[in-house]
Amino acid sequence: MKMLEIKNLHASIEGKEILRGINLTVNAGEVHAIMGPNGAGKSTLSNVLTGREGYEITQGEVIYKGQNLLELEPEERARRGVFLAFQYPVEIPGVSNIYLLKAALNAIRKHQGLEELDAIDFLTLVRSKMALVKMDEQFLHRSVNEGFSGGEKKRNEILQMALLEPQLAIMDETDSGLDIDALKTVSEGVNALRSPERSFVMITHYQRLLDYIVPDFVHVLSEGRIVKSGDKELAKELEKSGYSWVHDAPEPEGQPA
Amino acid sequence: MNDQTQQLEAITQKEYKAGFYTDIESDSLPPGLNEDVVRQISLIKGEPEFMLEWRLKAFRHWLTMETPEWAHVHYPEIDYQSVSYYSAPKKKTDGPKSLDEVDPELLRTYEKLGVPLDERARLAGVAVDAVFDSVSVSNTFKDKLAEQGILFMPISEAIHEHPELVKKYLGSVVPYKDNYYAALNCAVFTDGSFVYIPKGVRCPMELSTYFRINAANTGQFERTLIIADDDSYVSYLEGCTAPMRDENQLHAAVVELVALDRAEIKYSTVQNWYPGDENGKGGIYNFVTKRAACRGESSKVSWTQVETGSAITWKYPSVILQGDNSVGEFYSVAVTNNMQQADTGTKMIHLGKNTSSTIISKGISAGRSSNAYRGLVRIGPNAENARNYTECDSLLMGDKCAAHTFPYIEVKNPSAQVEHEASTSKISEDQLFYCKQRGLDVEDSVSMIVNGFCKQVIRELPMEFAVEAQNLLGLSLEGSVG
Repeated sequence: MKMLEIKNLHASIEGKEILRGINLTVNAGEVHAIMGPNGAGKSTLSNVLTGREGYEITQGEVIYKGQNLLELEPEERARRGVFLAFQYPVEIPGVSNIYLLKAALNAIRKHQGLEELDAIDFLTLVRSKMALVKMDEQFLHRSVNEGFSGGEKKRNEILQMALLEPQLAIMDETDSGLDIDALKTVSEGVNALRSPERSFVMITHYQRLLDYIVPDFVHVLSEGRIVKSGDKELAKELEKSGYSWVHDAPEPEGQPA
Repeated sequence: MNDQTQQLEAITQKEYKAGFYTDIESDSLPPGLNEDVVRQISLIKGEPEFMLEWRLKAFRHWLTMETPEWAHVHYPEIDYQSVSYYSAPKKKTDGPKSLDEVDPELLRTYEKLGVPLDERARLAGVAVDAVFDSVSVSNTFKDKLAEQGILFMPISEAIHEHPELVKKYLGSVVPYKDNYYAALNCAVFTDGSFVYIPKGVRCPMELSTYFRINAANTGQFERTLIIADDDSYVSYLEGCTAPMRDENQLHAAVVELVALDRAEIKYSTVQNWYPGDENGKGGIYNFVTKRAACRGESSKVSWTQVETGSAITWKYPSVILQGDNSVGEFYSVAVTNNMQQADTGTKMIHLGKNTSSTIISKGISAGRSSNAYRGLVRIGPNAENARNYTECDSLLMGDKCAAHTFPYIEVKNPSAQVEHEASTSKISEDQLFYCKQRGLDVEDSVSMIVNGFCKQVIRELPMEFAVEAQNLLGLSLEGSVG
């Protein structure tokens, strides 16, 4: 089943074209890694997919579960199962983590026609998810991301992912700023969430994340286009030779299966 | 002799016209303000002589005063002669007959605030007797309080029943000469609340205007006096979350609190008077003087306010820290949207030794509004080891609003410790997008972020008030983003 289909996507910011014809198909259950040098358009891609303001889509379309994703508001995309693990999770002073988690889960449940969870059921559920990312319960009562270390912020993103159970999880540079222990914890959390119904798009600059979360496909993004696609071996190749060669690579033919 | 004095002369020399009172059966006095009006208010209320004298002194003094212009607010001159200064509670038959006759916009607001249906009807002034049996509620309540010697009644009743207390304390914190609006209030106030907590009594429940008969019809010049005797405690809630559908209207209340030895008073306000429409038409001018005296040693007064309404708010709940070791607190959230203007803050006057005060002010501006914090911390020469901590944070929404901070600090004792922190921030696109990406809609996101910003203040409110305040914050800022 096709989860996500990106066709000839062009997007600009302040008149400057960043994405210049992206084509990508992600099937249910697949993990795709998108790699590329700084400025290739990696973050733009995740922002456009999740509906952040400030981008103009000039061409192309994005189909998510048979629906035109680009016409939906960000919150509508989220409620339909599109989740972004942020590169820089924002701090929200005075709002407790548990409050945001509960509000988010209930917004999604409401959309699905399910009853909102009460405080007790919610706490039971969230506790079970916290074990997954080895988070202490005190995290629930701290303000969202305020004073969190880099690793804590990323674990918090994975906790939210585990709780909200998205169908399409986009991870933007989740490995950045993580030490090796935190990277392992985060990766274990993500791996536990892999399932035949869930797809992942992992955006990363470095190959090391892919040692822990092994992708089905690797794509190289350069100057707003996917210039090369392959399996996990491609990532290793990149690690060895760097990104310099990709500029000279020819346009890819077709798409991975 | 200038014009004003001439005017004053003319008024004070005016003959007492008995005929003026024939109109007493009618609902309200004709518009206008002069000494006869003051006399008539006192007469209608059947007040003792000392009250009339005090009112007249206040009125005569008011005539010599000028409208304060230092606040960061702008409005056309108020014509005090066009206002009617006494309006009897309207008869029930005047109101709408059922909820169907009530403005649907008003009902929608109640619904969003989670006001129960019965209560909605009462707030909207629907004439349904069975809806709210205020008499019996209030009586059971009164009996329970009376057992402990607590007095809680309209101030007009207290003037009759406890003149000695009124005489001793009324005007003792906010004298009639204090300021323009306070003087006016002294002259023409018609009602308000009176609370006395006897020595050693901890008031067993939150006292609220909600329970007071006629609360909904209290005039625009209400007067509140709360006295907490030695070792007593009281928490008082003042709030009207019902938007009023009035024209520009002056609301000049005075609130005086007196805390004696080791007494504590907690005073919470949720103010949501009608703010006017998005173009600034209509709305209440909320020019209120609130002041507390920590007269006894180790006494404590906390003001907590959530101000979301009114076209203009001019309000500085203050504490005079007279007693040694006394404590003053001010927690404030002021929200302005559209064309609203707020100039609000506090004064902490440290006179006693080891006195301490805390000021937490959160200002939120949206639309084309203007929001100013104005605060004074004064440490007197005898206030050894006085401490103050002030934190003023402003949150801006959009780029057409304004936030100002005017802190004044006067220290006359070298042992004082005074700290002031201030910040201004904007609701960031990043925060909004983060919340939306988690499935929350814009309104819920803004409400959540704003409530987070105000948390230090909201948590000072009694539980049921806090919920109301949180809903109100979201509601006040509706449509201000996106």
